[in-house]
Parts: sequence; structure tokens; C-alpha cells
Amino acid sequence: MSFIENIGQYVLFLNRVFSKPERRRIFFDQIIKEIYKLGVNSLGIVVIISVFMGAVISLQTAYNLDNPLLPDYLVGYTTRESMILEFSSTIVGLILAGKVGSNIASEIGSMRVTEQIDALEIMGVNSANFLVFPKIIAAVFINPFLYVISVFVGITGGLLASYLADTVSVADFLYGVQYSIIPYYISYSLIKTVVFAFIITSVSSFYGYYVSGGSLEVGRASTKAVVNSSILILLANLILTHILLK
Amino acid sequence: MIELKNVNKSFGELDVLNDISIRFEAGKTNLIIGQSGSGKTVLLKSIIGLHEVDNGHIYYGDRDFTAMNFNERKLIRKEMGMVFQGGALFDSLTVEENVSFPLDMFSDMNEDDKRARVKFCLDRVDIKKAHKLYPAEISGGMQKRVAIARAIVLNPSYLFCDEPNSGLDPVTAIVIDKLIHEITVEYKMTTIINTHDMNSVMEIGEKILFINKGVKAWEGSNHEIFDTENQSLNNFVFASNLFKKIKKKL
Ligand SMILES: Nc1ncnc2c1ncn2[C@@H]1O[C@H](COP(=O)(O)OP(=O)(O)OP(=O)(O)O)[C@@H](O)[C@H]1O
Ligand SMILES: [Mg+2]
Repeated sequence: MSFIENIGQYVLFLNRVFSKPERRRIFFDQIIKEIYKLGVNSLGIVVIISVFMGAVISLQTAYNLDNPLLPDYLVGYTTRESMILEFSSTIVGLILAGKVGSNIASEIGSMRVTEQIDALEIMGVNSANFLVFPKIIAAVFINPFLYVISVFVGITGGLLASYLADTVSVADFLYGVQYSIIPYYISYSLIKTVVFAFIITSVSSFYGYYVSGGSLEVGRASTKAVVNSSILILLANLILTHILLK
Repeated sequence: MIELKNVNKSFGELDVLNDISIRFEAGKTNLIIGQSGSGKTVLLKSIIGLHEVDNGHIYYGDRDFTAMNFNERKLIRKEMGMVFQGGALFDSLTVEENVSFPLDMFSDMNEDDKRARVKFCLDRVDIKKAHKLYPAEISGGMQKRVAIARAIVLNPSYLFCDEPNSGLDPVTAIVIDKLIHEITVEYKMTTIINTHDMNSVMEIGEKILFINKGVKAWEGSNHEIFDTENQSLNNFVFASNLFKKIKKKL
């Protein structure tokens, strides 16, 4: 399928996804389940990666601060800024594209090849809406919380590393963390997080939904889902940064 | 009653169905038979609207299904039950939840009535103890039976089964055939079954459509099938030595 056809099909797909759900009760139940599956189950990996990244950023900054004119609190400040601006939104987004994206694409893809999607359609259920809409809402809702958690855990990791490696004092680090906070940077990153959540869920669902063939194709679709949502995240990051930070 | 008039379907260059016309009666088990790749699944999926036909008409009673839009079809869909080739049970739901799903989605029953209806349908297909298990935890034959229970839970007027007994041992296969036949008679459903199993043909083939390479090659009943002069049908029916021997004995 050509690139243009792909985009056309994606738009038509979204059009089917965003229609009125059949049953409100069931729809809300689905959202709760998805919040658990997409959000709570990703908490572990987000925490682990954030703590290590925060730690590494603080160490790197400390070891590169040869110039005695630069204050020690810069370590805390840099760690905070890196987490808020880029790591907790974009890098976490990319990691979730790998974890959540492949998960969604293979779940929906295997429903396609085992005719479960046909079974929904024949019952008169709009399968795209039923399967995908709750996932998109759940991720758009829960990912900002993952972002906030990632920022806090990352800063804590940085603090812990500088304490254990004895690079800068806890007081300096904490001073840096609170130094010159620009709230708009947090809004900017939250906007990015929401957009990335939408990209991950919708693109991965799209690749899963249009699988044809067998389990081999499901695997292929899930790889495509991860690669393409990652590329789109990077692209969106560039565009949003240009628009929002200009 | 379901009637097909001059139905054609192709995928790109490949003509899969060619000018098929036939009438399937209510209260009967109607069989579509033919070799692998002859177009049985495509025909069944065209009848239920999972494939759009290129030409021709499909009538449910006197309603022209082919001329309907999505919302009009949705109403007919609520009168349909389908048992897919692989069962197509929802992996993430238990047996009980699978059968309850159409009720949750489309009925206004209260929880007690729903539970009673689910139990009734599962009893009907002789599933007694597996209510809380997931599809992956039950056998293939049980999956097929649960799929039948799910298909009949909304009391459909039309039942479709794509090879309901493929992959099953002969005993279980006949149990499932008889079950479908009984339900069909009991509820006066129009039932259409895809199969290439000669046992099914003999057991429940009240009306048979034989398709060969996408063309209707014969129609009749299981009483007539042994006496036909149709060469391609004879090749199909007497493919196995068993049936060749039976024919000689007759
Ligand atoms: N979605 C599709 N796109 C293109 N060609 C298809 C599609 N579905 C089926 N076909 C082709 O249509 C022909 C008939 O396939 P069909 O699945 O109807 O066979 P069948 O009679 O059900 O066989 P079996 O008994 O093995 O299930 C085959 O040549 C198949 O390759
Ligand atoms: Mg088939």
C-alpha cells in the first residue's frame, strides 16, 4: 500500500473510531479496563527508566562541571529541566510506543485474524469504535499522570545518585531543582504527552485492525506499529516544539 | 427465507463467485458444499455482508439486503447469528461473558434475566461446567458449542455456520450437526452451513447447494445426491473410497 493510501485509510479509520458508542455503561467499563492495561501496567517500566535516566543526567552534569565559576546547584537544575522538557515526555513516549504500541497492535491484529472482529461486525457492533475509542481515551487520560510521575521519580533518581556518588550536596541539588521554574514548560510537555498518547494508540490500533493473514502478519504489523508511531512521535515533537516554544 | 439472485463477487482479477441464484428455506438446514477454495466462505460472508457483492441481490424475506445502508443492515444483523470457522470467541472474556455479550450490547434485559438466558443457551449446547473458563482453556469442540450458544442467544431468525465441525472427531461432529438441526427446526430459523464433510451432508442436508469454482453446479437434497449425473458433484461426493464402496453396494 502506498503512503498516500495509508493516510487516507487511517483517516477513514479514525472516522469510524470516533462515533457514538453503542452502550455508555460498557464503554466506561472498557475505559477503566484500558486505563489499567495501558497506564497502570506501564508504571513499572516508566519508573525504572526514569530513575536511571535522572541518575545518569545528574552524574554527567556533575562530572562535566569542571569550571569552578559554575554553581553546584546546576546539577539539580539540569536534571529537572531535562526530565520536564524532553525525557518524561518524548523518551517515555518512545518507550511506551514500544511497549503499549506492540501490545495494542498484536491484540487487535490477532482479533482480526481469528475473526473476532468479524464476529463483532456481524452482531452489528462498530468494531473500530468498540475496540479503539476506549484505548485512545484511556491513554490520553492516563499518560499525563505517567509524565508527572516520571518527572518526580527522575529527579529523585538524580538526587539519590549525587548523594551516593557524593558529587554535589543534597541542599545544592534541591536548590537547583527549585531554581527558576517555568510553568509553561510543564504545559508544553503535557501537551506533547497527550499528542503522543493519541499517536501511539491510534496508529498501533490502525496497523492491528487492518492485518490480513495469520500470526506472522500480526507480528509484522506490530513491528510496523512501533516503528511508525515512533517516527510520528519524533516528527510531532519537532513540530510541537517549533509551535509552542517559538 | 434467504434468496440470492445472480450474485457475483470478485477480488481484483479473481472471479470468486459467478452468477449464483438460490433460495434457502426457513426451518431447514441448508448446506453449501464444495471443494476447498471453491468460494464457500466468500459466499457466506457475502450473504451476511462482510463482503460486498459486485452484482446481484440478496433478500432476507422480502427485504433487499444489498440495497441497504449500514444502519438498515444493523437491524437485520440483530436477527443473525454466526458461527465462524474458528469459533471466533472473544479471548478476553469467559465462556459465560462471551454468550452474554450480545445481550449486554443489544438487549434491555436485567441481570437476572440475562443470567438465565445465558444458562439456558449453554445448557442447550450441553456446556455445564465451563462457564467461568476462558476460550483458551476449553477444547475445540467445546469452543464450537459455545460459539453456537453465543450465536443463538438473541433468538436469531438466521443462523450461519462456517464449517461448524471441521477439526472435530466424527462423533462430536455429528453431535454438533444434530444440535444445529434441532435448533433450526425448534426455532424455525433459516440456517446456512458451509461444509465439505459428507457425513454432515448425509445427516442434515435438507437442501444442498454445490458450488464448483465459484459456479452453482447443482442443487438438491441428500436423498437426491447419490443419483445425480453431475460429474463434478460425483467426483466430490465419491472422492473417498468409503463412499465409492457404498455406492457399489447400493
Ligand atoms: N479477502 C480475499 N481477498 C482475495 N481473495 C480472496 C479473499 N477471500 C477469499 N479469496 C479467494 O477466494 C477463493 C475462495 O475462497 P474461500 O475461502 O471462499 O474458499 P472455501 O470454499 O471456503 O475453502 P475452504 O473449504 O478451504 O474453507 C480462494 O481462491 C481465495 O483465495
Ligand atoms: Mg472456508
